[in-house]
Amino acid sequence: MYGPTAKSARLTAALAVTAVLALGATACSGTTKDSANKAAGPAAATGKADPNKAIKKGLTVAFLPKQVNNPYFTTSDGGGKKALEQLGSTYKEVGTSSGTDTSGQVSYVNTLTQQQVDAIAVSAQDPGALCTALKQAMKNGVSVVTYDSDTQTGCRQAFVSQASAEDLGRTQIQLLAKQIGGKGEIAILSAAQTATNQNTWIDFMKDELKKPEYKDIKLVKTAYGDDDAQKSFQQTQGLLQEHPGLKGIVSPTTVGIKAAAQYLSGSKYRGKVKLTGLGTPNDMRAYVKNGTVEAFELWDPAKLGALAAHTAVALESGRITGAEGETFTAGDLGSFTIGKDGVVLLGKPTVFDKANIDQFKF
Amino acid sequence: MTVTADPVRQQPAPPPDASRRLVDRVFKARELAVALVLVLILGATQLSNTEFLSEQGVKDLLLNATILVLVATGQAVVVITRNVDLSVGSVLGISAFAAGIHLRDGGSPLVAVLLAVGLGALFGVLNGALVSLGKVPALVVTLGTLYIVRGIDSIWVGSRQITADALPAGFVDFGHDGIWVLPYLALLATAVLAGVAYYLRSYHSGRDLYALGSSPEAARLAGIPVRARIMTAYVLCGALAGLAGALYLARFGNVDSATGNGYELTVVSAVVVGGVAFTGGSGTVYGAALGALLLTSINSVLPAIGVSSVWVTAINGFLLLLAIAADRILALRVAAALRKKAARTRSARHA
Repeated sequence: MYGPTAKSARLTAALAVTAVLALGATACSGTTKDSANKAAGPAAATGKADPNKAIKKGLTVAFLPKQVNNPYFTTSDGGGKKALEQLGSTYKEVGTSSGTDTSGQVSYVNTLTQQQVDAIAVSAQDPGALCTALKQAMKNGVSVVTYDSDTQTGCRQAFVSQASAEDLGRTQIQLLAKQIGGKGEIAILSAAQTATNQNTWIDFMKDELKKPEYKDIKLVKTAYGDDDAQKSFQQTQGLLQEHPGLKGIVSPTTVGIKAAAQYLSGSKYRGKVKLTGLGTPNDMRAYVKNGTVEAFELWDPAKLGALAAHTAVALESGRITGAEGETFTAGDLGSFTIGKDGVVLLGKPTVFDKANIDQFKF
Repeated sequence: MTVTADPVRQQPAPPPDASRRLVDRVFKARELAVALVLVLILGATQLSNTEFLSEQGVKDLLLNATILVLVATGQAVVVITRNVDLSVGSVLGISAFAAGIHLRDGGSPLVAVLLAVGLGALFGVLNGALVSLGKVPALVVTLGTLYIVRGIDSIWVGSRQITADALPAGFVDFGHDGIWVLPYLALLATAVLAGVAYYLRSYHSGRDLYALGSSPEAARLAGIPVRARIMTAYVLCGALAGLAGALYLARFGNVDSATGNGYELTVVSAVVVGGVAFTGGSGTVYGAALGALLLTSINSVLPAIGVSSVWVTAINGFLLLLAIAADRILALRVAAALRKKAARTRSARHA
């Protein structure tokens, strides 16, 4: 849902575009009583980073997900809570019960600022709407980290990103190649033909397939199921009928992969045609257990939350400021370097299979 | 009211005279035309791709059509009365979720299906009451219930979803297993279809629905209990949408708050393509079922011959216009033929 679907693709695209357009411009909506909030730019990012500073303890870090009681965010914030407990800080979570209540999210940011929490980790419902409130928070010395969904770059100090498009694209091909034994015909089942993130991943898949070790794998077709169960079903059927020799299908969309899995599991192709892609463990559990799907991948939201917590604490401790090139360690997650525009990349996606799928509940 | 009307309605049906036979023939021809298009399309696809009508292929075609056939059957009954039910997509979605919740909590599949049917029927009662008592155009009323039911669904379901691992294996297997190429779901849909068709054709109250659609005013004057009949049509339609919801759950193994969103338009298309006139009073549920089969088959044909699926909606629209044009031409022909016949019998009597 918050994963790679067409809707979020459009959102991501819109986000990217607005982020570019809004560079340098001050942000728009959200109301605060203070009129002095017109100062542009991240106020807190002006300090000097010292990677050797001690990690502060006893901080309060507030998680503000897009939506509370959503299994995905419950898992990610749970990861944040665990990390904060290990760091000796306090975790709290607030948020709206609807994923599109942007004004509600704005007032939560304002409340948290008034409560003088030390840091906020927020998954933004809208790239622009939270800006005024978040800048106000930063001016008051609150460290702001976005995770899962970014705001415009000036409105936070760091963005903890789930995975890079390149990693997601390439690893799916690597996963499928392993399952089909490195040769045969494969196809892609995507969402909408216009879905930007789908197409970016597919481009990386095609690029990965150019490598010599995949010379025996042939991508015969990219089909579009529009993230609709019935349509994805019929597209899967069509792929198998048009290409009877098909060995595997990659579906980089959570809706597509579960529809394809449901179809395969009830057809003669079960176990014979391999299926992988991006899915959530809850959606895919039945199909992994009945042998339809060997392995699929997605980022681990718990790790995403944990990294957001570590990033927030590192910012608040002055170990980093969110500038490109700074390095910090995030407990057992390892060491991370801040990239362009303050982006911290979680890394390679997590692969789910029969052995580990029951450890994940989202 | 009914008492005074009884003598009229219980007159022995006149022997099928020539004009009745003509009308029958024309409408059979109308369904035959849909069947013919279907056969041609499937045959041509089979020629270009021999996998298409393999055992798995036929099974898939039937399974793909099942849910739409059920909802289209119910919709046809409503459309025959010169009404429409736009809330079927929402009702399907909420019933599917209700059945899913019941199954997730360890309930029995039979109860889950009955629960879905019951919930669907309940919304049918609501629609029927609003349309027949409120005397408001059904299009507007059911557009309202479409949003209301979807709203309730969104509040109730929220971001939850029913996934395949929450369902008993037997229920999911029921969604795709069958006897040879005949899936259980398709057999169930066929039984329902035959039952509804028999009711419409051979029961007084079934014939009343046609009378109501042909001319509501005349039907009322003839003593047909209009409200009760409209209620019957909506309850049947709602119950079938509910049943379809339960089968959707079995087939797709996944339901969330968006399930069935926008389905009403596909259903209405299927009904119209199948020759059920939107002006009421004509068409059969068999036609609607054929229309549903044709529309879902096109969705399977295009990927099988490697044509991009962006063409699907355009082709569906074309078929819809073709169907309406055919209906109009047929209606004009029938009217002309009936006039001619009437004139002949008059002159014969005067001779």
